[in-house]
Amino acid sequence: MNDEYHKASAPQAAAAGDAAGAQETREKLSLVVTGHVDHGKSTVIGRLLYDTGSLPQGAIDRVREISRETGQPFEFAFLLDAFEEERKQGITIDTTRLQFRTGKRDYLIIDAPGHKEFLKNMISGASDAEAAFLVVDAARGVEEQSRRHAHMLSLLGVGRVGVLVNKMDLAGWSEGAFESARSELSAFLWNLGIEAGPFLPLSALLGENILSPSARMPWFSGPTLIGALDGLKKPAREEGLRLPIQDVYKFDDRRIIAGRVESGSLRAGDEILISPSGRRTRCASIEAWLPRDARGEALAGESVGVTASDEFFNRRGEVISLRDDPPEVADAFRASVFWMGRAPLSKGRRYRLKLATDSCDCRVTGIYNRIDSSTLAPAGASDEVQSGEVAEAAVRLSRPMALDLFSRHRVTGRFVIVDGYDVAGGGIITGAGAALERGAGFASGGVWARAALFEEYSYSLEEQAVSIREPSPCRYGVGDPVPLAGESYAYPDSFDVVVFRDRAAVRIRGGRVAEVLPLSGYSWGGFPAVNGRGFALKVASAWDWEGLLAAFARAASGAGPDPASRWLDFNVYRRIAFTGPLAGPGGEGGLPGGPPPVPPGGGI
Amino acid sequence: MNHLSSLEAQSVYILREAYSNLGKLGLLWSIGKDSTVLLWLAKKAFFGHSPFPFIHVDTSYKIPEMIVYRDKVAKELGLDLIVHRNEEALAAGMGPEAGRLACCKALKTDALAEMTRTYGFEGLIVGVRRDEEGSRSKERVFSERNEDDSWDYANQPPELWGQFKTDFPKGRHIRVHPLLEWTEIDVWRYIEREGIPVIDLYFTKGGERYRSLGCAPCTGRVRSEASTVAEIVLELENTQVSERAGRAQDREDSYAMQKLRKDGYM
Repeated sequence: MNDEYHKASAPQAAAAGDAAGAQETREKLSLVVTGHVDHGKSTVIGRLLYDTGSLPQGAIDRVREISRETGQPFEFAFLLDAFEEERKQGITIDTTRLQFRTGKRDYLIIDAPGHKEFLKNMISGASDAEAAFLVVDAARGVEEQSRRHAHMLSLLGVGRVGVLVNKMDLAGWSEGAFESARSELSAFLWNLGIEAGPFLPLSALLGENILSPSARMPWFSGPTLIGALDGLKKPAREEGLRLPIQDVYKFDDRRIIAGRVESGSLRAGDEILISPSGRRTRCASIEAWLPRDARGEALAGESVGVTASDEFFNRRGEVISLRDDPPEVADAFRASVFWMGRAPLSKGRRYRLKLATDSCDCRVTGIYNRIDSSTLAPAGASDEVQSGEVAEAAVRLSRPMALDLFSRHRVTGRFVIVDGYDVAGGGIITGAGAALERGAGFASGGVWARAALFEEYSYSLEEQAVSIREPSPCRYGVGDPVPLAGESYAYPDSFDVVVFRDRAAVRIRGGRVAEVLPLSGYSWGGFPAVNGRGFALKVASAWDWEGLLAAFARAASGAGPDPASRWLDFNVYRRIAFTGPLAGPGGEGGLPGGPPPVPPGGGI
Repeated sequence: MNHLSSLEAQSVYILREAYSNLGKLGLLWSIGKDSTVLLWLAKKAFFGHSPFPFIHVDTSYKIPEMIVYRDKVAKELGLDLIVHRNEEALAAGMGPEAGRLACCKALKTDALAEMTRTYGFEGLIVGVRRDEEGSRSKERVFSERNEDDSWDYANQPPELWGQFKTDFPKGRHIRVHPLLEWTEIDVWRYIEREGIPVIDLYFTKGGERYRSLGCAPCTGRVRSEASTVAEIVLELENTQVSERAGRAQDREDSYAMQKLRKDGYM
């Protein structure tokens, strides 16, 4: 019925030629700009658009017109703050996306509101970003919303954040002001598990160090803003097929399974597994409306339709993978969650959880390590997570779902929580199914830290490789004895454990847990200390402790050498045990027997 | 994957999410280039089928060629086409003389609201793009409209990781925006790549062409020599004139579109 429609289009299609080809293949990077209100986010973006000639004619005139109408001075921010309320109150309410291009590639730039009330809008903007910049006022440094934004970026999975030290004009173009902002921010971002960098001094208002190096800051030898942007690398997609089923269509004699390939690729003929049902079949064909779109292969990012060689019931939400690389199937997991609902996230209450194309009811069964995202202060033990807070949560689903750890597959490793009609929170999965139940950890007062220091290290003579065996599941609370000695480790009676990845510290005194506290509340007090894996921290004084923190922060921002060899010592409390034919009855990897018994008195 | 293909894949994903999650669904087809691209994307999303009706809100003031073209294409493609007018307002003599914003409100906003209710739509697919104007730049992909069709723009729910708003009270509806991330030049490059037929009002006639289509009394032409899609792409690569320069209603005051859209304008 649409033959004529097609015929009409044929000559145009042929004439299209390669002109569009060069444009089409240009790379596009999406970038979010965050920061505290008034530190100059919108001005930075306005300046970028203006200096790269990306504004339509009249845009600047209209902003001048609005300035005149409202009696306010000219602001680049008016370009992005389109709502009347935004311009009149001088705040960004909702996120805007604008495009600009450099010689290298195209950019989609997302302006995220700084104001606390609009956290949900900031998250909406930042969730799609491939890279992020944090704008900081040189004179004012890190403020409340800078902290919150950085924290949200870490939870949204943006692992690297560039820092724009703005308003250098108000800081007298001083290198000292820039360096002090740089050291404050690198320590702060490192604490959140974010790699910081590059750091750039700018004045967006005056256009300094945007397109060309600033004559007013001759001491700065790093890149300009445009140079830094063009230097950002696009994050790579993961390997391994994940095709969440969006729908199953039966418009004609074909039964087409529709969905988007989130990672990996699929070819007609591939053996596939459908989770969580666990059914196995073969991909029979990859379908398309237009014959010219029909290829035998579906690649990451494509919205496709496939048919299976065995027809059985499939439903939206199931995940297609290759047989040898399936997702986890679990009805419980551990996650880092952030909350932005009006009502708090309550332990035990029922919510709807949406993950990729699947959804089911869920309950939160445990809340740990709750943090106020604006101050990064620990918020204490509670059965609720308030708006603007983040926490570790144990989540139980009403039925098993196909999912992944976020570190393995982004799309099947993250979820949102719907409260009533609205998305009220989100999270990334850090431990699934059995791993959640099995893990050993310290817990007290709402703080939780993994206890990898009780892992056993062994060298298999047969396989000539070191293997690590997880400790048996156990939760150590205050007053509980801990296994001070194993086959490959022995700790003193009293020592401190600093678990950087969980941002927590544990004081062990006389073989028992004396205190589990957030890292921000810990300072070194003279006891021997180990990191989360039981490697000794080479700390002998409070100065050393500060130096260690600074070194890790510098290394994380790419500005210093790897601090491990300077600050960590494997051999103080740990050794590697042998296993294998020559080493006794251990057999094939792993040590015989269970975990070492806990000495009743807690001594070595 | 190149830029146009990734835009296409994302739009197809959005159309399928709408079809899968919303009740009665319709696509607003304004005859213009954007909603014609939407029509094409819907064909791709549903393998040549169109599992929902196409809707034209007709003000009766449209450029006459648009109506001729609409009926021709609808016939060729066998579209299930709903044409809706605010007959009551037209009978009462509503027109641009009553004031542009009043006219837009009665013949577009109110007509759309009446149509939504008459047919009981839960989802309306609309071809708006962020780069068109300020209030659209702030939109969500799935954007809720209240019982009175209004848009609570200062209090939009979060939208992240492709998890769109699919839960809402009865009586409200969702505007679905599959082209939100496209720009004007993306649309033309895609039309060029795919060979999508478009109405010839977009091509030059006596040194002028329409860059954006609307009602005859309120839509002006721009100076242009572009007579093919390729020439339009070339022109857009080099122009600094904004797309809606010819649309009079945008100029009524600085926040005209925000005000219209708050009340339910597309």
